[in-house]
Amino acid sequence: MMRYKLNWLVPLLLTVSLAGCSGGNKPAEETSNAPATPAAPAAAIDPATVGEVTGQVSFDGQAPAKVRIHMDAVPACTEANKEAVFSEEVVVNDNKTLRNVFVYVKEGLGNRTFPPPSEPVLIDQKGCWYHPHVLGVMAGQKLDIKNSDPTNHNIHPMPSQNREFNQSQPPGAADLMQDFARPEVMIPVKCNVHPWMKAYIGVVANPFFAVTDDKGSFTLKGLPPGDYTIEAWQEKYGTQDQKVTVGPKESKTVTFNFKG
Amino acid sequence: MKENPRESPWLHRFSILTAGATFLLIIAGALVVGHQAGLAVPDWPLSYGTLMPKMEGGVFYEHGHRLIAALVATLMTVLAVWLWRAERRKWVRILGLAALLAVIAQAVLGGITVLYLLPIPILVGHACLAQLFFCMTVSLALVTSPGWNSLDEPAEDLCCPAFRHVAFVTTAAIFIQLVLGAARRHKALGLIPHVVWAGAVSIMVLWLVYLALNKLPPIQKTLRNLSFMAGVLLALQLALGFGSYRMRLVSDGAPQPELPMIFITTAHVAVGALLLAAGLIVTLLAYRKLAAPGAALSFNQSPQKTMA
Repeated sequence: MMRYKLNWLVPLLLTVSLAGCSGGNKPAEETSNAPATPAAPAAAIDPATVGEVTGQVSFDGQAPAKVRIHMDAVPACTEANKEAVFSEEVVVNDNKTLRNVFVYVKEGLGNRTFPPPSEPVLIDQKGCWYHPHVLGVMAGQKLDIKNSDPTNHNIHPMPSQNREFNQSQPPGAADLMQDFARPEVMIPVKCNVHPWMKAYIGVVANPFFAVTDDKGSFTLKGLPPGDYTIEAWQEKYGTQDQKVTVGPKESKTVTFNFKG
Repeated sequence: MKENPRESPWLHRFSILTAGATFLLIIAGALVVGHQAGLAVPDWPLSYGTLMPKMEGGVFYEHGHRLIAALVATLMTVLAVWLWRAERRKWVRILGLAALLAVIAQAVLGGITVLYLLPIPILVGHACLAQLFFCMTVSLALVTSPGWNSLDEPAEDLCCPAFRHVAFVTTAAIFIQLVLGAARRHKALGLIPHVVWAGAVSIMVLWLVYLALNKLPPIQKTLRNLSFMAGVLLALQLALGFGSYRMRLVSDGAPQPELPMIFITTAHVAVGALLLAAGLIVTLLAYRKLAAPGAALSFNQSPQKTMA
């Protein structure tokens, strides 16, 4: 354990050196951005044989009461939302399915590697709310962080496997471009200026992921034939796994059911 | 006891002002945690690159905390310089200097929490040093008081144990409880150590109150009253602690910090600081006013002042 000489110079030097630090990033030596070295590639995917997995995430039980969000602390936020805003922790669709469930291929792709798309995934801060609430991105794919509000935001993802950052984004500022090097399901995101703002980012190593829509549906296209474990993640109710075998050009259906 | 012509009642009043501002700073810090605004301002020492950002949302609490901290640091600097120039007691001058170093260290810890994204050990250290610094300012306010300087020679303490030793151990126990509370609040420890030690603190404070009201002679009115006040603060703190626990259960999973929760947890932190201050004042006064039986007799010429 290092011992520090207790004199007036030490805190002064520390203060000066800290003031020169860039704000809001953990030191590089604590978390490395370098992704793990990929294994040797498996057989290439034959587009003529790919199948898909479709499905729904249903909900049983009493839907939780809607919890209203209070934005009174920031007038710009209340002005941006003429109607009441409610928490998106559990959104039960009219057909008794769940929205905002992150579904992805957890196992079964072997040692295949997939290059991240060049197209970024957008997360927009609008009306003092993250749009979308749940999103997926590939490891190494760019995340386009936009501030469409006339007020300040700060974007603060809190990963456990990736580099944490906390960046301010004034109104009218350029989009921030970030990425996460390692797969991680899920990374919570918050805004410390507006504590009700929350989002979740699923970072996966393959392109086979989806977020359920207002029908509770998802589709995972382009899967090579094989045995897969599909996982569904819901913010409040946790995760569920399903195993499915996809044959050449097959379309299989998988359903998940969460209970309230 | 000759009065130093360079000392003035204004030094004592300024010390009280500094201690009072420090107490407000502790409340401001608790509000930052309650509103989850610790990283609302991502840069340090400036705030969004300026001295005064737009005070909205979490920025209001985080930058407000920084503004009060700047005020406290300024007051402490003035106080330290004033003590160095006007205070004849060397140990008081050194205490003033130590307090100044503590507030500088506290600012550095605050900067580290922001720049390194709230590392838990630093958060807990920041909270604990805040209480220690508060103790220093309270001590300075006490020892610069005219009452402290005009105290009679010590009277005989209780035996055994001595009241002043019980006061010291009680105050130490209160401080440990605040450390456990900070560790709990910043998720470094669970609830159980904090609850268990609350039991130990309760026993110590109640024992102190019992000794003060039943064993100390009526002439020790100040010690008796302050000890009783510590007992009242203990009761309030236990109620706030229970309330904080219940509030956490009720608001578990809430999408945003809720005002009743913020209020009760902030009050719990504030009353904890007041309880620590009460214990500290009782301890310092006890060591000033009381002495071991043999030592008291050697100070006093009149046996009537001893407690038989």
